[in-house]
Amino acid sequence: MGQIVLSKVQKKFGDTEVIPPLDLRIEDGEFTVFVGPSGCGKSTLLRLIAGLEDVSSGSIQIDGKEAADLPPSKRGLAMVFQSYALYPHMTVRKNIAFPLRMAKMDKAEIDKRVDGAASVLNLTDYLDRRPGQLSGGQRQRVAIGRAIVREPSAFLFDEPLSNLDAALRMGMRLEISELHKRLDTTMVYVTHDQVEAMTMADKIVVLSAGIIEQVGSPLELYHSPKNVFVAGFIGSPKMNLIGGEVAASHGAHTIGVRPEHIDVSAATDGGQDGKWTGVVGVSEHLGSDSFFHIHETGLGDMITVRAGGEVGFTRGDRINLTPRADMIHKFDEQGNRIA
Amino acid sequence: MARNVTTGRKTINTLASWSIGLLIFFPILWTILTSFKTEAQAISDPPLFLFFDWTLENYTVVQERSNYMRFLWNSVIIAGGSTILGIIIAVPAAWSMAFVPSKRTKDILLWMLSTKMLPAVGVLYPMYLLFIKMGLLDTRIGLVIVLMLINMPIIVWMLYTYFREIPGEILEASRMDGASLRDEIIYVLTPMALPGIASTLLLNFILAWNEAFWTLNLTAVNAAPLTAFIASYSSPEGLFFAKLSAASTMAIAPILLLGWFSQKQLVRGLTFGAVK
Amino acid sequence: MATQHSRSAARLMLAPAVVLLLGWMLVPLTMTLYFSFKKYLPLRGDTISGGLDWVGFENYSRFIGSSAFWPSVQATLLIVGSVLVITLVLGVLLALLLDQPMWGQGIVRILVISPFFVMPTVSALVWKNMFMDPVNGILAHLWNFFGAEPVQWLSQASMESIILIVSWQWLPFATLILLTAIQSLDSEQLEASEMDGAPILKRFWFIILPHMSRAMAVVILIQTIFLLSIFAEIFVTTGGAFGTKTLTYLIFQRVLESQNIGLGSAGGVYAIILANIVAIFLMRIVGKNLDK
Ligand SMILES: Nc1ncnc2c1ncn2[C@@H]1O[C@H](COP(=O)(O)OP(=O)(O)OP(=O)(O)O)[C@@H](O)[C@H]1O
Ligand SMILES: [Mg+2]
Repeated sequence: MGQIVLSKVQKKFGDTEVIPPLDLRIEDGEFTVFVGPSGCGKSTLLRLIAGLEDVSSGSIQIDGKEAADLPPSKRGLAMVFQSYALYPHMTVRKNIAFPLRMAKMDKAEIDKRVDGAASVLNLTDYLDRRPGQLSGGQRQRVAIGRAIVREPSAFLFDEPLSNLDAALRMGMRLEISELHKRLDTTMVYVTHDQVEAMTMADKIVVLSAGIIEQVGSPLELYHSPKNVFVAGFIGSPKMNLIGGEVAASHGAHTIGVRPEHIDVSAATDGGQDGKWTGVVGVSEHLGSDSFFHIHETGLGDMITVRAGGEVGFTRGDRINLTPRADMIHKFDEQGNRIA
Repeated sequence: MARNVTTGRKTINTLASWSIGLLIFFPILWTILTSFKTEAQAISDPPLFLFFDWTLENYTVVQERSNYMRFLWNSVIIAGGSTILGIIIAVPAAWSMAFVPSKRTKDILLWMLSTKMLPAVGVLYPMYLLFIKMGLLDTRIGLVIVLMLINMPIIVWMLYTYFREIPGEILEASRMDGASLRDEIIYVLTPMALPGIASTLLLNFILAWNEAFWTLNLTAVNAAPLTAFIASYSSPEGLFFAKLSAASTMAIAPILLLGWFSQKQLVRGLTFGAVK
Repeated sequence: MATQHSRSAARLMLAPAVVLLLGWMLVPLTMTLYFSFKKYLPLRGDTISGGLDWVGFENYSRFIGSSAFWPSVQATLLIVGSVLVITLVLGVLLALLLDQPMWGQGIVRILVISPFFVMPTVSALVWKNMFMDPVNGILAHLWNFFGAEPVQWLSQASMESIILIVSWQWLPFATLILLTAIQSLDSEQLEASEMDGAPILKRFWFIILPHMSRAMAVVILIQTIFLLSIFAEIFVTTGGAFGTKTLTYLIFQRVLESQNIGLGSAGGVYAIILANIVAIFLMRIVGKNLDK
């Protein structure tokens, strides 16, 4: 079990409304990711679900039961914090056992569960150490261990990987995904990392200034962003957004083309119709892919394109750009998608 | 600072520091030395440093004259009791101020400190009357309460500064883990703040031990602690230097030893949030 | 961090401390105020149950009109001020010295901190008799040794003597807090300023001293609290004679020695007013410093 339903949830800090009334359903077993720019209220929303902050109005139901007035300890949720928030004075074993001890579980059962969690998380050799003697990745695993032993109805993660280096981050990403597959428990995960959101989520919630811009599966968001904000936010490098006459010629106020949906070729004879042309500026070669920043296209801003790793334009080259016609997103004046 | 310092400079530092240290310590050292002299040697001119007939006689005389153990025991109970009681009441208060701050937190803290500035003499007589009324005069429990109250602001302040250094997320984590407020304070906050609590305990034990207004004015015989024990030597008999020294040594020795042994703990915490 | 639950819990947990201190402040204070408007001389047969005569502001005008009043305020402020200056200046110097590399730092620290552990009655007795006694005191021996006339410390230089004793007691406290502050100074910051070629004095003035300002504020606050009410040091040494009668001591004499509760209570109210004036000044300076 682990269905979470927010209805008309609103949060004010003093007079500033950080989250205007908002509705959201998180289904049992779903991996939901909150993304959005810094300060948009992701953590606040998560903390409202956790019970670490009071809602100013509205209701939160967990498994059909009203929970907005319950203290955190009574909501049956577990949380993993960005700083890990391990108890520095306790050994790893005691840290993981703490929630069970608070639940007054008997000693044998506690030991069994702690050992189980430790072996899943590869922590068996570290059970007698203090958090201070562990690496970042190990601490992260202890924090997760502490969350799973309780068998909560849902896990809440607040940017759990942001303190790790790139390689570790990828490893932990997989571990958390696998954990989700195995436990089949609801997880709510806050991040501002594109890749985490796209690879882990069943459902992504895009937030901006406390408002939900779109909810959907990663591919839904990628293929049919509901508005300009989501279009620009999901995908890396960012979607190219073009206004003006070019957009008007497509019957839109703004059009968007992702960098990977623009074909490039060396310009031999100026431009042809339907094609754009521009001059290569900065190029970034990742090996598998190459990103080019193209200027002087006459389209307003600089255009980013993504090409295969073997493509080798250099600064100053003039090239032709051909957006794939079926991959052009159209938006109206309000920034909403034109179907 | 990890830097090479010339031996010459280090020697000068050492000499200077030791001389000043010994100068500051000298009155105590001299008192202890004198307590082992005879009365004649105690006032000899030139003064005798180490080469005199060491004797324990003064201690025997002082012990015979006043029942040292009773005073000592009263001091321990009064200082210990007031400190522990104060900490029990102050920990929750400091928790509130540090982790659920409001606009008034700072004001409450400063107000608490300002109660410490109330001149004790200003309320001496009322306290005296109240103590008589409540049957607390010359009782240990009465002094425990008064000293607890006068040290409370300091205890709250010290604990508040330690608690503020503890990340709130860890306490939130414990709440998520199902800890009640009581569990949170007992199993998470207190152990994490233990160094700070220890130094608070030490400092306030010392302050209570040495408190010499209420302990002198609200006791007679039964509850009199060491401050009263030594005050009885301020009469002309106090002019017997050796005996005065023995009594002084007996009065300060317990706290001096405690202070020396726990010096690291005490100093580490003795910042009142002045050091970040 | 702040949910309704935790906020109400916080209020509940703050309550005992606040209520106790409020009671501690208000109950005796109210009684003091009450007595200050009454004629109350227990030795002349006045009793509370028998009813006390209302005398209006007579106690107040008598207390402030007594020739001892202003000198006692001055004595109080002089002691507090001098001890603060002495302990701060010496404390900074000593802290700078103790921060240097040396052999036996731990022991030196123990030596320096020791006076803080000595109870005021003991230190007053020891200083009065064994050091300042004009015949047998160490200082008299020392003066004799140099062929000088021994000083009658507690009568001829009474104020200086008391300030010396009290400074000796509080110097350790100031030194230790300032030392902790210096030690917390980022050595990179100092090294950077050294690279910039700042001479020692400039480094002290522009980097070390500002860094210590918070610690100094704390030292001033705590010491003032304790110094305003020093009692044992005067009780044991001069008994308030030779110009060392502080306000605290004057009131003590009115209440306990002359058993004039009404007059003493009026004095107590003045002392409370004085303490509050000092407190307001102090909180202004210190509160600002602590906010940083
Ligand atoms: N306790 C608080 N009091 C007042 N304002 C707050 C409080 N907590 C958060 N805010 C404000 O609410 C807004 C949302 O904050 P929140 O921490 O939820 O952002 P976020 O999306 O998690 O950002 P980030 O990605 O940087 O973590 C911010 O503007 C923040 O300043
Ligand atoms: Mg956040």
